[in-house]
Amino acid sequence: MQHDSHTRSIDMSALGRDKQSLRLAEETVAIEVPGLSLFYGDKQALFDVKLNIPKQRVTAFIGPSGCGKSTLLRTFNRMNDLVDGCRVVGEVNLYGNNIYRKGEEVAELRRRVGMVFQKPNPFPKTIYENVVYGLRIQGINKKRVLDEAVEWALKGAALWDEVKDRLHESALGLSGGQQQRLVIARTIAVEPEVLLLDEPCSALDPISTLKVEELIYELKSKYTIVIVTHNMQQAARVSDYTAFMYMGKLVEFGDTDTLFTNPAKKQTEDYITGRYG
Amino acid sequence: MKQDSLKGWFKSGAPGVWISGGAVAIAVIMTIGLLSVIAVRGLGHFWPADLVQASYQVPGQPEQIVIGEVVQSEQVPRARLKSAGLPVPDQGPEFMTRELLKVGNRDLNGNDFSWVIGDWLVNLQRPAELMALERREWGNFYGYLVSVKEGDRVVAQGPAAWAELQARLKRASKLNAELQNLEKKDIGAINHGLERLRLQGRKLELEGKLDAAAQADLDADRAELNNRYKAIEQRLSSLHQAFARDSLVARDGNGRQVEINLSKVVHAIQPNGMSTLTKLSTYFAKVWEFLSDDPREANTEGGIFPAIFGTVMMTLIMAVIVTPFGVLAAVYLREYARQGPVTRLIRIAVNNLAGVPAIVYGVFGLGFFVYVLGGSIDRLFFPESLPAPTLGTPGLLWASLTLALLAVPVVIVATEEGLARIPRTVREGSLALGATKAETLWKIVIPMASPAMMTGMILAVARAAGEVAPLMLVGVVKLAPSLPLDGNYPYLHLDQKIMHLGFHIYDVGFQSPNVEAARPLVYATALLLVLVIATLNLSAVWIRNHLREKYKALDS
Repeated sequence: MQHDSHTRSIDMSALGRDKQSLRLAEETVAIEVPGLSLFYGDKQALFDVKLNIPKQRVTAFIGPSGCGKSTLLRTFNRMNDLVDGCRVVGEVNLYGNNIYRKGEEVAELRRRVGMVFQKPNPFPKTIYENVVYGLRIQGINKKRVLDEAVEWALKGAALWDEVKDRLHESALGLSGGQQQRLVIARTIAVEPEVLLLDEPCSALDPISTLKVEELIYELKSKYTIVIVTHNMQQAARVSDYTAFMYMGKLVEFGDTDTLFTNPAKKQTEDYITGRYG
Repeated sequence: MKQDSLKGWFKSGAPGVWISGGAVAIAVIMTIGLLSVIAVRGLGHFWPADLVQASYQVPGQPEQIVIGEVVQSEQVPRARLKSAGLPVPDQGPEFMTRELLKVGNRDLNGNDFSWVIGDWLVNLQRPAELMALERREWGNFYGYLVSVKEGDRVVAQGPAAWAELQARLKRASKLNAELQNLEKKDIGAINHGLERLRLQGRKLELEGKLDAAAQADLDADRAELNNRYKAIEQRLSSLHQAFARDSLVARDGNGRQVEINLSKVVHAIQPNGMSTLTKLSTYFAKVWEFLSDDPREANTEGGIFPAIFGTVMMTLIMAVIVTPFGVLAAVYLREYARQGPVTRLIRIAVNNLAGVPAIVYGVFGLGFFVYVLGGSIDRLFFPESLPAPTLGTPGLLWASLTLALLAVPVVIVATEEGLARIPRTVREGSLALGATKAETLWKIVIPMASPAMMTGMILAVARAAGEVAPLMLVGVVKLAPSLPLDGNYPYLHLDQKIMHLGFHIYDVGFQSPNVEAARPLVYATALLLVLVIATLNLSAVWIRNHLREKYKALDS
């Protein structure tokens, strides 16, 4: 594990250099939120949020508990539809199409916008069946295709070497960190365009967290990633852009380095320096 | 000081532990007691008991020789015996022994059982050559073997007769098996075929299609079956003749001689001369006979196989009906229905349904299933057999359906609880991969809730298998030796009436002309009912644990 931490420091410095050249205004937009409010019954949870998620970058949402960052994330694949009494006003455009328009195929949307949850939630099936679940849902049942997808997805999630000899054992036998990477593998197996990560490391130990973070860094060359995190160091380490939210409002959104080193708003600075939150 | 320690004792919770521990102990003792009472009384019945011969001297009456098994003995106050009109002397100890003897020989004595005063039995002996015959009618015979005859010719007598008898009994039982096979299987199939031809003809007639050609076809088929019957009948009568060839002559304790045809004898044993090992093998043979044979003599003798089969069959069909219904209802209530006053009302109704007395379900089953549903089905689909009802009469299907109705709340409640326990994160995981709600339900939620569904089914089976009251109204009868599953099309006869162990207990215990003979069978049948239900339950539990292992919960 000593070795791992070295790798990490090298990675992080590389990451840091990478970030110098980022300019939000020049990015291609994957998800455009031109103004979105959300209500749980009578209670308003999001207040006219406006932001553009850049393509093939890692965007982090930070903010104190209950600020609406997870709610915002869940509007991107309409996971909030499952909550009774949830109402959305405004639109979310995924590559120019409003996902809240009438007749939108929610299942297809969720295939395009994958999601990884706070707690690892593998299905009580074998590792293999977990990974191919989304493919089987799409009607793909050819063994050769599935086998390839499993290898590719597990390699993509940096789990292949650990589980290649026990693909047909229950996924519940894996450790927490392995389970979370399996869930990521399961999500990328259906080849989504956007990957939503809802506090993916909050239930993991530091070593597993590190592995997932490295994975996020590798995945961003292919996917647009949005991550919600409580951990500001994590946001600083893995993200290119960071949005700070407070009380259902988007306070500040910009490239991570600027936001952490030179925030424009006082609220952001107070939160980052630990004065509240 | 003492107050304090008492208070401390109460505070420590020790009294609670003692009381709850005591309650558990009482429950365990009661369960074990129940099982051991029915086990001992039921299983003891099959032991080949020793036969006693004694002279019975009632004061002031001529001496009598009695032969029999001692079934029971008790202490009775002298005064009571006296007031019962027995010539009991005034002097002596307060209590006298009274013994219940199974004396058999109902054809000679009129009674199988006889109460005797133990003090008046003298000269008790257990002669080795005393013989017990288990007969197909008239109950057991106790006495001495005199000779064995073939037709009118004596083939053996004296000490050699016993071996000859056993050999000839073996032959008779082989012939009997052949006869049974012929009568039940071959002739049963022919009768079945004839009945179907009759119904076919009637159906054609009702539809106005019975022309000369069809009639000729039917007649040809009928003639063919009749020919087959004639051939079998010939064989049958020759078998019957061979079967009744031999007979034995026996003498009871008082010297009366009787001739008994071997076709009427099931077993002959000399229990006093048997070693423990022989007794054991006889015992197990009798237990097996009890499990595998049809009942005889108004259910007081023979076996109870049709009742076991009926109970298991009915319970299985019930489980097959109730599980999908209950599961689907629960899935709709939990997953699709909007939670509100209506669903709450439905839940209350379902829970109350579980508390309705079983007999009410029986009345409903008779009134709705049998008469309304069955009657309509008969008019629509089986008009050819009317006015004789096909499904418009109590039978296996209606019994199973009534029990299914009775048990469906249990399945609904258990399944709903199981569905509620599936973690939301797993459902979301499936939805987030592009699965629809229905796909998530069928691929993830239902398999994960399957142990709960099995629990519901187990509870349903446990509830339904022990239920008797409603069955008396919807399809269970005293005697139905033909099984609802056989080799005749359509193999599973849902319209047939069945026997049931629970009802059999009631029938043998309370409706039997021979109460003393039936009593041990009540215990034996009760034990068997417990075992059958336990077996059904255990197999369901085994399946559930298997599933549980497979879908081990994630909430750890």
